[in-house]
Amino acid sequence: MLSVSDLSMRFGGLMAVDGLSFEAKPGDITAVIGPNGAGKTTVFNCITGFYRPTGGSITLQHADGRRFSLHAMPGHRIGATAKVARTFQNIRLFAGMTVLENLLVAQHNTLMAATGFGVLAVVGLGRYRAAEAKAIEKAKHWLDATGLTSRGDDPAGALPYGAQRRLEIARAMCTDPVMLCLDEPAAGLNPRESEELNQLLLRIRGEGCSLLLIEHDMGVVMRISDHIVVLDHGKKISDGTPAEVRADPAVIAAYLGEGEDDEVPA
Amino acid sequence: MVALRAITNRVCALAYALQQLINGVTLGMIYGLIAVGYTMVYGIIGMINFAHGDIFMVGAFLSLIALLGLAMIGLTWVPVALALALIFAAAIAALYGWTVERVAYRPLRGSFRLAPLISAIGMSITLQNYVQVSQGARVKPLAAVLPGGVQLMEQDGFTVQLSWMQIAIVIVTIVILGIFTWLVTRTPLGRTMRACEQDLKMASLLGIDTDRTISLTFVIGAALAAVAGFMFLLYYGVIDFYIGFIAGVKAFTAAVLGGIGSLPGAVLGGLLIGLIEVFWSAYFSVEYKDVAAFSILVVALIFLPTGILGRAEVEKV
Amino acid sequence: MSALRDAFLSALIALGLFVPLVGLITTTTDRGLTLTVRPIATAVLVGLVFFGRLAFLTWRRRHTGREIVQSNRAFAEALSRAGRFVAPVLLLFAIAMPFFGSRYYVDLGILVLTYVMLGWGLNIVVGLAGLLDLGYVAFYAVGAYSYALFAQHFGLGFWTCLPLAGILAALWGIMLGFPVLRLRGDYLAIVTLAFGEIIRVVLINWTSLTNGPNGISGIPRPTLFGLQFSMDGGEGTVAHFFNIEPATIQRVIFLYYVILGLALLTNWVTLRLRRLPLGRAWEALREDEVACRSLGINVTSTKLTAFAIGALFGGFAGAFFATRQAFISPESFTFIESATVLAIVVLGGLGSQLGVALAALVMIGGLELLRGFLSYLADQMHSPLFADLAGELPLYRMLIFGLALVVMMVLRPRGLVSGRTPSVALGERREIAAELVAQGRG
Repeated sequence: MLSVSDLSMRFGGLMAVDGLSFEAKPGDITAVIGPNGAGKTTVFNCITGFYRPTGGSITLQHADGRRFSLHAMPGHRIGATAKVARTFQNIRLFAGMTVLENLLVAQHNTLMAATGFGVLAVVGLGRYRAAEAKAIEKAKHWLDATGLTSRGDDPAGALPYGAQRRLEIARAMCTDPVMLCLDEPAAGLNPRESEELNQLLLRIRGEGCSLLLIEHDMGVVMRISDHIVVLDHGKKISDGTPAEVRADPAVIAAYLGEGEDDEVPA
Repeated sequence: MVALRAITNRVCALAYALQQLINGVTLGMIYGLIAVGYTMVYGIIGMINFAHGDIFMVGAFLSLIALLGLAMIGLTWVPVALALALIFAAAIAALYGWTVERVAYRPLRGSFRLAPLISAIGMSITLQNYVQVSQGARVKPLAAVLPGGVQLMEQDGFTVQLSWMQIAIVIVTIVILGIFTWLVTRTPLGRTMRACEQDLKMASLLGIDTDRTISLTFVIGAALAAVAGFMFLLYYGVIDFYIGFIAGVKAFTAAVLGGIGSLPGAVLGGLLIGLIEVFWSAYFSVEYKDVAAFSILVVALIFLPTGILGRAEVEKV
Repeated sequence: MSALRDAFLSALIALGLFVPLVGLITTTTDRGLTLTVRPIATAVLVGLVFFGRLAFLTWRRRHTGREIVQSNRAFAEALSRAGRFVAPVLLLFAIAMPFFGSRYYVDLGILVLTYVMLGWGLNIVVGLAGLLDLGYVAFYAVGAYSYALFAQHFGLGFWTCLPLAGILAALWGIMLGFPVLRLRGDYLAIVTLAFGEIIRVVLINWTSLTNGPNGISGIPRPTLFGLQFSMDGGEGTVAHFFNIEPATIQRVIFLYYVILGLALLTNWVTLRLRRLPLGRAWEALREDEVACRSLGINVTSTKLTAFAIGALFGGFAGAFFATRQAFISPESFTFIESATVLAIVVLGGLGSQLGVALAALVMIGGLELLRGFLSYLADQMHSPLFADLAGELPLYRMLIFGLALVVMMVLRPRGLVSGRTPSVALGERREIAAELVAQGRG
């Protein structure tokens, strides 16, 4: 599915990611964890095309065998053709647009093709109307999955925090990704919301989408991940199933060394 | 014989280029002084102060009025008259800068991004027409105050001239920029200004009177622009109410070229724009000198998106 | 008491500001420049500042900030609610106007509609896509000169040239946009501003093509299905065909409907596009460019389409301007035009079609009415004291315009109609509060 090999990212004199290699298998929930500043978000930004890596390669293979070199693709093509979607640590919604509009923007490329690239639909030709109806159906599906159906016509910026997080996931899913990258999806959620999130993520996996997530909340990570990669100072220090990682002395040392109680793997 | 001619030609071409270099640096100093005002305001509140070029124009008019007034009351000792006029113009222009900020920008602090910009454009139109109405639309000529200069070299009838005026402009600019650099890097005022530039909200949480700091930024920027206006008046000998627009656009271009937010960058950008303009006029065509300056800006931005000395902005996602 | 002190300080500052520039005038005499004094005007201005500040402070003490915010919000809501009725009424008025308006008002109507169209065109770029374009006048100029030159050199008519002018302007938009749309927001602003100036400088100096500062005259008028508006009333003219007396007003009214049609076309296309993926992508871009990229939207090409379509309508408006004036020169395409159109868009409320129309009406119509009022005043003031002032009165037009921009921004920073209507809804469409809508960084 996704294979990262010897990935490096340098900012000036700082080696944010240093020779990282790992694999994420299809249909798995892969978690990337590590103390603050371990380089997790940088890895994400490399995978989703926001940074161009200094070295190494990131390859994504679709189920039909097509391969994409993510490290060399322009940012927007990663979403459009390689079908990798992402959410952001600081939620980035289109705040002044409604929830439904957010979900339709996510289906831009499909809808745009149906408009005859903008020209025909202006004069009312083409098969746009049907395409839009289909897009709204898909939006409704994800609204339902995220429990936002009743808020469909509210501006995204007016939603409560937890709902905004869910909307961001719904929006990413509307792009029909083969892999969804989540940057701290549980940050700021209360235990109940966090549990709902777990269910949502499992449901997404159930629909055939692989997940890659960065998370601090060990409750989420240990319960739903199939595979965990642990980073510290830009390097991989452990890699395996939740049980294996939990028992790895290197992981314990890294976390205890940081002295942050809340981040000790539970 | 042919070889000798070639050498003289080359020397002559060199002399011509040297003259252009002198002229370009002089003009660049004036742009640099204005550019500093743009870059300071942009650094602190992130807005393009469109009225800044017009403050420069107001400064030039104030200098003219002061010089005429001093001549009328019989003060004709040139160095003292110049110094007094410069101080007067800088002081009153600073008052204009303060007023513009207070009236048109402060009420819009924290407002939507485009509101201060439109307000600034309104202020620019206001100042231009205010001077046009009060002082008339005609160009104002001023007889040379500091005529003469030194001849650096002469070749085949072409003399390379460094006028007293050019020497004065370069010296005054360097002194003023020196004082300014000292102010920004070594004084508590400069420290608060830099703090506000880094993070306005945090600075205000730490008890810095940000309104006062922003006002002072406008005051200092306006005073520097007035110095530039003063030198423009003396160097070219004619001014009108419209000089602020073109000079302002060029100076802002200089600030962007140098890397907006960077003070040394503003001066460097000013010098570059001045040199480009003068060399283009000398070797290609006077008519298209503005086109040259702007085109080079566009090209430079494509290859150096943050300007020459600007900080690269890594976008946080 | 503190208000008095404050007003006194303001007057003191005003004294410092006005004494050198208003109180002392540089006048040209045969011995060179001299200074003359103007004490009365200075005193009047300082007095105005003193009493104005005093009045403002008393007013402020009576009304708290919260009250002002609330009344502003109430006004905005009332306006957007009234929008549903105001828009059709305005449209009907615009259609019916030539039947009862005099020549002066029809001419004024053409002027206002030209700015409405320009405002709607720029609204696509600034209001929807959130790209700050300070050189919109460049596309207006490209359109105007395209038509003028095609007509002059190839004898092409207005209706043939109109699409050509638009397409040429759009091509320029793409050429300019391609390198610069990757740049950060404020750089885009300065590059577009520079581009506007470059076009003007080229128009002035490329005399062999554009006739330089003297401009191009004798640009042909538009025809009505091949019929000309000619005063001779001969074969092939409108007057002859309809068997009516030829009169200039017929042509003016025709021009009025042409620009009304063009403006409505702009509006219709914009409204359509807003409900289509492209328009939605523009708005998403304004809200958050990074998120757009993560959703697989090609940010550069999306910006480019906004830029090109905005330029297209600018080009149309330019061609109309050329045919209406029958004469164009570089003087008509200065930065002040770009600034006026941008001010119309921002004052109208970014993205709001109705707001832009209202703002154009207020700013252009208001300015013209003010001009009429000022010259009326000038006529009335026969006293020698005012004779001098009366001559200068039209000069104050732009001064007032500038001040009005500042005042209107301070009072309504978000523009007249500030909410946003969703482009699509499951149930009922509800207005989105302006506070949530971003203004873009590009």
